[in-house]
Amino acid sequence: MTIEELEQLAISVRRDNAKFDYQVNVCMDLACASQGAGAIKEALDQAVAASGKNVLVRRTGCMGPCSHGPLVRVDPEKTLYRKLKSEHAEKIVGALGSKPVSELQCDLSEHFEGQVRVVLENAGYIDPSKIEDYIGRDGYKALLSMLTEMTPNGVIHRITESGLRGRGGGGYPTGLKWGTVAKAAGDTKFVVCNGDEGDPGAFMDRSVMEGDPHRVIEGMAIAGYAIGASKGYIYVRAEYPLAVSRLTAALRDARRVGLLGMNICNTTFNFDVEIRLGAGAFVCGEETALLASIEGRRGNPRTRPPYPASSGLWGKPTLINNVETYANIAPIIRNGGKWFHNMGSERSKGTKVFALTGKIANTGLVEVPMGISLKDIIEKIGGGVPGGHKLKAVQTGGPSGGCIPANMLDVGVSYDALLKMGSIMGSGGMIVMDDTSCMVNVARFFMEFCMTESCGKCVPCRAGTAQMHTLLTRIAEGHGSMEDLELLEDLCATVKEASLCGLGQTAPNPVLSTLKYFRAEYEEHIVHKRCPAGICKVSHVEEVTA
Amino acid sequence: MSKLKLATVWLDGCSGCHMSFLDLDEKILELAALIDLVYSPLVDAREYPDMVDIALVEGAVASEADLEKIRKVRAHTKTLVAMGDCAVTGNVPAMRNPIGVEAIMKRAYIENATTQQQLPTLGLPKLLPIVQPIHQYVKVDVFLPGCPPSAQTFHAALTALIAGTPLDIPALTRFGA
Amino acid sequence: MSPDSDVKTLTIDEREVSARAGQTVLDVARENEIPIPTLCHLEGLSDVGACRLCLVEIAGSPKLLPACVTTVQEGMQITTDSERLRKHRRTILEMLFAERNHVCSVCVANNHCELQSMAQSMGLTHIRLPYRNAAYDVDASHIRFTVDHNRCILCQRCIRVCAEIEGAHVWDIMNRGTNCLVITDLKDDWGASTCTSCGKCVEVCPTGALFNKARVGSPHPKKPEFLPYLNLMRNA
Repeated sequence: MTIEELEQLAISVRRDNAKFDYQVNVCMDLACASQGAGAIKEALDQAVAASGKNVLVRRTGCMGPCSHGPLVRVDPEKTLYRKLKSEHAEKIVGALGSKPVSELQCDLSEHFEGQVRVVLENAGYIDPSKIEDYIGRDGYKALLSMLTEMTPNGVIHRITESGLRGRGGGGYPTGLKWGTVAKAAGDTKFVVCNGDEGDPGAFMDRSVMEGDPHRVIEGMAIAGYAIGASKGYIYVRAEYPLAVSRLTAALRDARRVGLLGMNICNTTFNFDVEIRLGAGAFVCGEETALLASIEGRRGNPRTRPPYPASSGLWGKPTLINNVETYANIAPIIRNGGKWFHNMGSERSKGTKVFALTGKIANTGLVEVPMGISLKDIIEKIGGGVPGGHKLKAVQTGGPSGGCIPANMLDVGVSYDALLKMGSIMGSGGMIVMDDTSCMVNVARFFMEFCMTESCGKCVPCRAGTAQMHTLLTRIAEGHGSMEDLELLEDLCATVKEASLCGLGQTAPNPVLSTLKYFRAEYEEHIVHKRCPAGICKVSHVEEVTA
Repeated sequence: MSKLKLATVWLDGCSGCHMSFLDLDEKILELAALIDLVYSPLVDAREYPDMVDIALVEGAVASEADLEKIRKVRAHTKTLVAMGDCAVTGNVPAMRNPIGVEAIMKRAYIENATTQQQLPTLGLPKLLPIVQPIHQYVKVDVFLPGCPPSAQTFHAALTALIAGTPLDIPALTRFGA
Repeated sequence: MSPDSDVKTLTIDEREVSARAGQTVLDVARENEIPIPTLCHLEGLSDVGACRLCLVEIAGSPKLLPACVTTVQEGMQITTDSERLRKHRRTILEMLFAERNHVCSVCVANNHCELQSMAQSMGLTHIRLPYRNAAYDVDASHIRFTVDHNRCILCQRCIRVCAEIEGAHVWDIMNRGTNCLVITDLKDDWGASTCTSCGKCVEVCPTGALFNKARVGSPHPKKPEFLPYLNLMRNA
């Protein structure tokens, strides 16, 4: 497919869409689908057919505010309906052309106003199973224009200029990484996409892969051109069957129209992507473990250096980025590095997708410019803590992150600011906690996660997390002593400094941050045998088993 | 200078540490000039005295009686020495931990008994769910690992403790030694 | 000059030493008789960097690096012994002792165990951490050898010697975290596995986890010295 053919196709898709008077978009992402969005779409289809109106009913990816689902948005008016059931279909179709059904309508303007959508720009607007929908919204334009207008170096320069940093958690400058792999010696190189999202409560990458799969593929193809690779792998966890099938279909469609494969856009550039499934090990999100898993070996991390950039898949230079990082690439190529650089804060550019969960009104996905305060995310966009409870802390970065107390939430979101507060940006999980959350219990929950997900290779992570879990359980159950607290801190230090990979090195963070900001809660469990939040079953009887 | 008061205590262990202690042979006479043995399975005293300078404790904490005893010892002792691997690590007595009290009692008193197959109800202190080294319950001042620690280890350790000179334990003994 | 014959100079514990490019920090330290503790490393096998005892400080790097898999660079300033390193090493050893059921007094490897002597040389007199007391199996199905998982520290030496030297790859690892087990074939009984009964795994095992049944009740020193010799013969 040439750039002219692509543009022709885009125009015809837009023209076809414009033929309809209304577009009824039905969110069919996991949360909405599990509450009957499929039946709602069928009912809407029938109602439209019966009404004789000129309406397009489209299934889309995640619209964002999952707790209000199933969601339907009617365009061009942008009327949003919430908590729908299939029996509402006739009413909604009937209201097209007159006043919206007010009792089903919801006003989430504050939720959407604070957001800036780059990664999620298509979410809720395209049918993820239709490549035409993606092309209609400038899809693959970046890839093809780049192939005809830009040198690989130019692409890397543009990514560097944008200031994009890795969205998987580490925040490594993407342009620098691409440049390193491009310069690495070797005639075979690989592009790998890390879709092994495993943090509890995080679903940003799933949503992107399910809702806009071509965006990831396009980003990977651009990366392949930039670094000189013709083969890419997407590593997706097998627990995401819908993401796998959407990606599989997207790859097939992209090959069919010549956007993947040999001589793309009549150039010498060849690129194709293969999907590899993860078998459910959290540690496979660690890049060296992920590469081992792709190679068909046990997903154990290894010591770096050598970094994958010089020795990755089968010992070849390998570029490995996260789903959200690749999802940012096409818009940067389309709109320029400066455009991206103008968004965000001093050292963290662009936007970040967060999965808001926990004690918050608008559970779901949000995309915000970097630098926005955590408070604004929670109170304005997230709608605050429901039920009259008091906000206590926010956990970011999953099991590798930390808990930030409510009085520190004025800080703007950036890689460095979160790190300074004892947490990390991570991949974008954001768990909101109120006065009914016990911080000792939170620390124990994450430690249990790390303990069971440790690959078992290095001693500090394998045995250290198990020890920390034992001590945290002791403390939560009221059998802990102040010496246990000291021991816990010792263990944190060794696990953090001595572990082989990121899983172990960051596993103590939830403990360290809660000890730093909520030490009184630990002491309350130990000294007064009391759980202030009323979560832990604290025993008053002295236990002799320890 | 008045003599230091020494006690030796026997919790869940095989008494091998006490035997090894007795292997000091004639060196015991040397020590006797410096200490009074105020409480021990080797002497008649039945009540733990009020103020003991050094207590050598053999054995792990396995029963409620052990626990009661070690707490009492701790409360009335200046320097508490965990003597031997059972006291230091739990050692052989702790090998029942992964098996559990119920299974171990059944095995001992029912499956392996030829007559009177019943669990004892009288005269035996209640076993704790798991056997633990003493420092999991009370503060221990000196750890002397070894199964048992050798007579030389006892000699060097006691001489240093009595004289108040520094003690390099890893140079003397180790787990299992 | 080819890169391999390139000579690097660096300092280890403030001593100036020279090394060939590509050598590991551990190799160079041992050549110069500077001790660095190790448990998973064994001369003649590939390195995995799993036990973390050989962590060293390198000037300019905030992270501690495992000496066994870190290659020397020109001008490196390496510290192999500091209060920070000693503390981590002791804690790691404590973790190992508390993880499974290491009862030195009744172990076949008593007095010939690398874990035991490491504890002594690190000055460990007791384990502060609570013992986990988890139950692990013993597989005595092999006619000559036994594996007692209670004593396994998951150093992976058996796996490596079987795959790299014997070429049989009978040993491997299953499960995650503290549930990890070294297994023969697909967790078949050792006696029913494709094991060649060469006994190399027993000789390289640093503890009493793998032992020769004939040695129960008598001293059971392990003799891994055949490895460098075998490799030498191979390369000749």
